[in-house]
Amino acid sequence: MIEGILIGLKTALTFQNIFMVMIGCFFGTVIGMLPGLGPMTAIALMIPITYGFDPATGLILMAGVYYGAVFGGSTSSILLNAPGIPGTVATAFDGYPMAQQGKAGKALAIAAWSSFAGGTLSAIYLLFMAPSLSKVSLSFRSPDYFALMILGLTAIAAFSSKGQFLKAMMMVVLGLMLASVGQDSLSDITRFTFNNMNLTDGISFVLIVMATFAMSEALSIILKRNDPTATAKQVSLTELGSIKINKEERGKMYKTIPRSSIIGFLIGVLPGAGATIASFLAYGMERNLVKDEEKEKFGKGSVNGLSAPETANNAACSGSFVPMLTLGIPGSGTTAVMLGALLGFGIQPGPRLYMTNPEIFWSVIMSMYVGMVILLILNLPLIPYIARILAVPKNYLIPLILFFSMTGIYVMSFNNFDIYLMIGIAVVATFLRLYDFPMPPLILAFILGGLMEENLRRSLLLSNGSWEFLWDRTLTVCILATTILIVVWHVYKTLIKNKS
Amino acid sequence: MNINTTKIISLLFFIFSAFYLYTAYQIQVFAFDENAPFNARTFPIYLGYAGLFFSGLKLILPDPDTIKVEHRNLAYKKTLLLIIVSIIYGATILKAGYFLTTSLFLLSSYYFLGERRWFLMFFLSFPFVAAFMYFIHGILEIYLRDPFLQSIGVMG
Repeated sequence: MIEGILIGLKTALTFQNIFMVMIGCFFGTVIGMLPGLGPMTAIALMIPITYGFDPATGLILMAGVYYGAVFGGSTSSILLNAPGIPGTVATAFDGYPMAQQGKAGKALAIAAWSSFAGGTLSAIYLLFMAPSLSKVSLSFRSPDYFALMILGLTAIAAFSSKGQFLKAMMMVVLGLMLASVGQDSLSDITRFTFNNMNLTDGISFVLIVMATFAMSEALSIILKRNDPTATAKQVSLTELGSIKINKEERGKMYKTIPRSSIIGFLIGVLPGAGATIASFLAYGMERNLVKDEEKEKFGKGSVNGLSAPETANNAACSGSFVPMLTLGIPGSGTTAVMLGALLGFGIQPGPRLYMTNPEIFWSVIMSMYVGMVILLILNLPLIPYIARILAVPKNYLIPLILFFSMTGIYVMSFNNFDIYLMIGIAVVATFLRLYDFPMPPLILAFILGGLMEENLRRSLLLSNGSWEFLWDRTLTVCILATTILIVVWHVYKTLIKNKS
Repeated sequence: MNINTTKIISLLFFIFSAFYLYTAYQIQVFAFDENAPFNARTFPIYLGYAGLFFSGLKLILPDPDTIKVEHRNLAYKKTLLLIIVSIIYGATILKAGYFLTTSLFLLSSYYFLGERRWFLMFFLSFPFVAAFMYFIHGILEIYLRDPFLQSIGVMG
């Protein structure tokens, strides 16, 4: 492991990679701040640029964007009560009341330190957990992988659907269907191309991500007249107040941060869970653990109430890298996008990644420490200035998002068919979003589609067409049992909700 | 059964899945692969049935959390204009080249979204695209074909 850490440090501490972390953190913070635009949009916009670099640098850049966006999301939550991303909704519960009391600077500082601590602690957990999990996952066979993919897709559908499990499952199936377009990987037989040569190689994953996130996000903002900058006038440099945290507040944070980072990291590791669930759980747990006197302050500007979700959502980001780096199964929609980008580089994440490409595996982990320090430097002194970005009018923001999306697609294929296809998918996605059909399950399914078919193929061929492979191995059975538990739990929850 | 837009979307998805399943059965496989445990049409067939199953369930089961969208509050006109501008962008980019098409796309998008500060609109279109193009083409060395710039001798 020491050797790996040194390899990682050597790669992560090159001038180019430090610069990329800085760019990623800055870009992510800016995008994360803008309500409605989350880390997936930010990463999607970055993908075409990353293809100009080597895979390690590309992934470091995307990872920087990711935790930058989660970090940045807290700013709009605290200053505007308009969370930039779902993962920072819980931050607004106590951050916004604190800002209303004239302590916006302090709230931002607590958020910045908590995010830093959460991110750093979870990077340490990742450092120790990822290699051991990689070794365990080497014993995985095709049936286990197939079952694991079913688990990942079911979990993301259950967790990201806001109670609309069937809608999410429909999106999963749609994602898998889109992934099946093009040549079959083994026989080279073309499927669902309708004699269109442009579809022979299938639909590009960047196109799907750009269409369902960046472009459809931009169209949704226009369609809903949901001006992300409408309330930006509230942001005033003179009203931010001091960023100093006193001894008593520090004492509260010392207790909150370690436990919230553990819960955040563990939730992040689960496929389909992520920053949103982690932050809500940490907030709820913290409320139960503090004294009655402090409990009263929750929702009115509690230090613990602000620190807990901020620590957890950043810890969850690092946690979501665990299944992606070790199993090749993304833990969240955002890491699914990163997985797709890695596949685009010709790299297969999974248990062998830290042996075949140790520089990528370790440099991403080590760059997290660098990223956390950079984020702290960015957020503390620069936040009043960065907050001004909230005032960018949508009249400029939306065309620029469309511009980056279409340029991203154009530079990859130099083909206008892809632009038409992207517009078509974005229009459908915008319409589906209006009716709460979640997009992350579609992306995850699209990315896992090829791998899932491949593992099902191997499993069926090995078992001579029999489905017995699903209960032949204990590991497969355990994974499938977890999947069934998630479905049963979800159905039970829906029934209870409908009754009440 | 309460008919709402979610149910209509589910019905459309059901029809789409049926069409997908039909097309999956039409996939031509090699003769020796026809009776293999797994061939090019196996996975799509499962997907077709899965689509029918989930959309069918959504159609049949009651929907207590009906999503109500206030269509009056939606800016269809502006959205449609942006989509049309994007389609025109796709139609002209290969002939007119990246620089001119992208700059005009940005300029017209700002205009359709209600912006009228011409200096800012111009600055965030032509010079902005030129700078971005330099970054892509000049620094990242990703080739951008541009017949317009080639015709005026700016690009080799």
